[in-house]
Amino acid sequence: MTDYREPSFANSVNLVAAREIRMKLRSKAFLISTGILMLAVLASVLVGGLLSATTSKTDVAATGAAVKIADAVPNLNVTTVDSVEKAKALVRDGTVEAAIIPSADHALGVSVIALDSIPQSLVAQLSTSPTVELLDPNAINPVLAYFAAIAFGIVFFMSAMTFGTTIAQSVVEEKQTRIVEILMSTIPVRALMAGKVIGNSILAFAQIAVIAGLAAIGLTLTGQSDLLASFGPSIAWFVVFFVFGFVMIAALYAATASLVSRQEDVGSATSPVMILVMLPYILVIAFNDNPLVLAIMSYVPFSAPVGMPMRIFLGEASWWEPLLSLAVLLVTTAAVIVLGSRIYSNALLRTGARVKLSEALSR
Amino acid sequence: MTGFVGANGAGKTTTMRIILGVLSADSGTVTRDGRPLETADRRRFGYMPEERGLYPKMKVAEQIVYLARLHGLTAAAAQRNTATLLDQLGLGERADTTVESLSLGNQQRAQIAAALVHEPEILVLDEPFSGLDPIAVETVQGVLTERAARGVPVLFSSHQLDIVERLCDDLVVIADGAIRASGSREKLRAEFGEARYELVATSDIAWARGAPGIQVEALDGATVSFRADSADAAQNLLRAALERGGVARFTPQEPSLAQIFHEVIQ
Repeated sequence: MTDYREPSFANSVNLVAAREIRMKLRSKAFLISTGILMLAVLASVLVGGLLSATTSKTDVAATGAAVKIADAVPNLNVTTVDSVEKAKALVRDGTVEAAIIPSADHALGVSVIALDSIPQSLVAQLSTSPTVELLDPNAINPVLAYFAAIAFGIVFFMSAMTFGTTIAQSVVEEKQTRIVEILMSTIPVRALMAGKVIGNSILAFAQIAVIAGLAAIGLTLTGQSDLLASFGPSIAWFVVFFVFGFVMIAALYAATASLVSRQEDVGSATSPVMILVMLPYILVIAFNDNPLVLAIMSYVPFSAPVGMPMRIFLGEASWWEPLLSLAVLLVTTAAVIVLGSRIYSNALLRTGARVKLSEALSR
Repeated sequence: MTGFVGANGAGKTTTMRIILGVLSADSGTVTRDGRPLETADRRRFGYMPEERGLYPKMKVAEQIVYLARLHGLTAAAAQRNTATLLDQLGLGERADTTVESLSLGNQQRAQIAAALVHEPEILVLDEPFSGLDPIAVETVQGVLTERAARGVPVLFSSHQLDIVERLCDDLVVIADGAIRASGSREKLRAEFGEARYELVATSDIAWARGAPGIQVEALDGATVSFRADSADAAQNLLRAALERGGVARFTPQEPSLAQIFHEVIQ
């Protein structure tokens, strides 16, 4: 029969993964929450851009010899007038914030005229200050570090939760409706599990990629490309770590969900996995200024996807550290997949009471 | 077409699951033409599990196409077979409804479509008729006999012995996980159904109690039901009755499947 061709393992995995993606994209709840997440990312980038753009220039008027001095000061919008009186007039009608006029009896050679309050920043800018040498010029602004921690933490947490739960529900749906019997007699159990993990991983990566892309475009459009440059390497590492970290978590979700037979029990069965996902999120927010905790986090497989990019962002990691941590993560992921598929295939047909983990592992 | 009968808990579903590789056997192997079954062979089987299951949120046609493709059909063939089959089963108009919004009977039909869509080489159906209304039973019977006529072996289990009797050429009876009897309907009848007869004479027939080779089961005036040790013993009784007056009716009674079933699992 020409209509029939022997499906390979990869064909089966493809079909299962495609179904997972199609069904998820059909879910209104998923589309809406993704839309909201993206709007939030875009909004935070735009708001950040607007805030930084408000450090605008100060309008001043200058006359005579003061013009040269005023021009040398950055961030001033200098209007040149030909008399002190005209400069005062401009200050009075509010066209400029202050006037800089030549003054013989001051060391600077100028004095400042303002309307009703001392223009502190202008005065500070005009004053000569000693040269400052920063010993650690690359250190990251702590506020920025905090936001980076939240961003990595939240993106990892949200994606792992959303798609992990999807896998868990889809596993139990098949168990509950017993369609799993047809599936098991048609394709290898491992193909079924692999298809689910891959399908949801693709969705998760797509979501992360769109978020990263939106953030990059937003930062570029609002003229914050230097911020983008400092985030670049850590975002790239985050994506790499996320790929493997998520596959590991997805396998755990599939395995733990296969232990129960009813949707109502999914929550309690998968809660240990959820804690594993939540911990790095809480830790990175609480301890993003503690190098020791971050260093430990960056090697523990579950928190590495958050911990290592954070350390790379802070410039604390040597070049070989992400590679070593990635190796640890890869080995763990492989072990989890082997263990997870064992639990999955042993527990899949047992309905009714919750299957004990030890029973699912034996045989 | 082979009927698979046995009491509740006798092991019908377990056997079918083992055939399909869904359960692993404690001992023994499943072979076909002397060769152990492999995943690739099983993919060409059509299976309908006892506990029905389809994705509740997927549309009927979409779901059956998906299962067909898992079995290895090309996309075009999967679409074509699904459409034909749904029409045959009277589900054509429901193709775009989600499974969860179908009635139970219609879900059952969709389930049968799922077992047949990939033109299986062998059909294994666990209770395909339970939960169907009489018209649906006829439809499904029609689809199954059509497949059987095309040379597809069909093994199905059922509690509805009348359907099994009507449809099946061969029977397998199991009890406590072991095959008690198997073979063609006629063979089983000969083996397990002891010959029963009913004779209606023109006068009182109480004398039949003493006839050689005859066990009387019921006697009421001129009517007697009896079991005979051999066909000759029955003929002798008939001859004797004719000599004593006359015979209104003499009927050898074919044992029904229910009786055979009873006999076998005793």
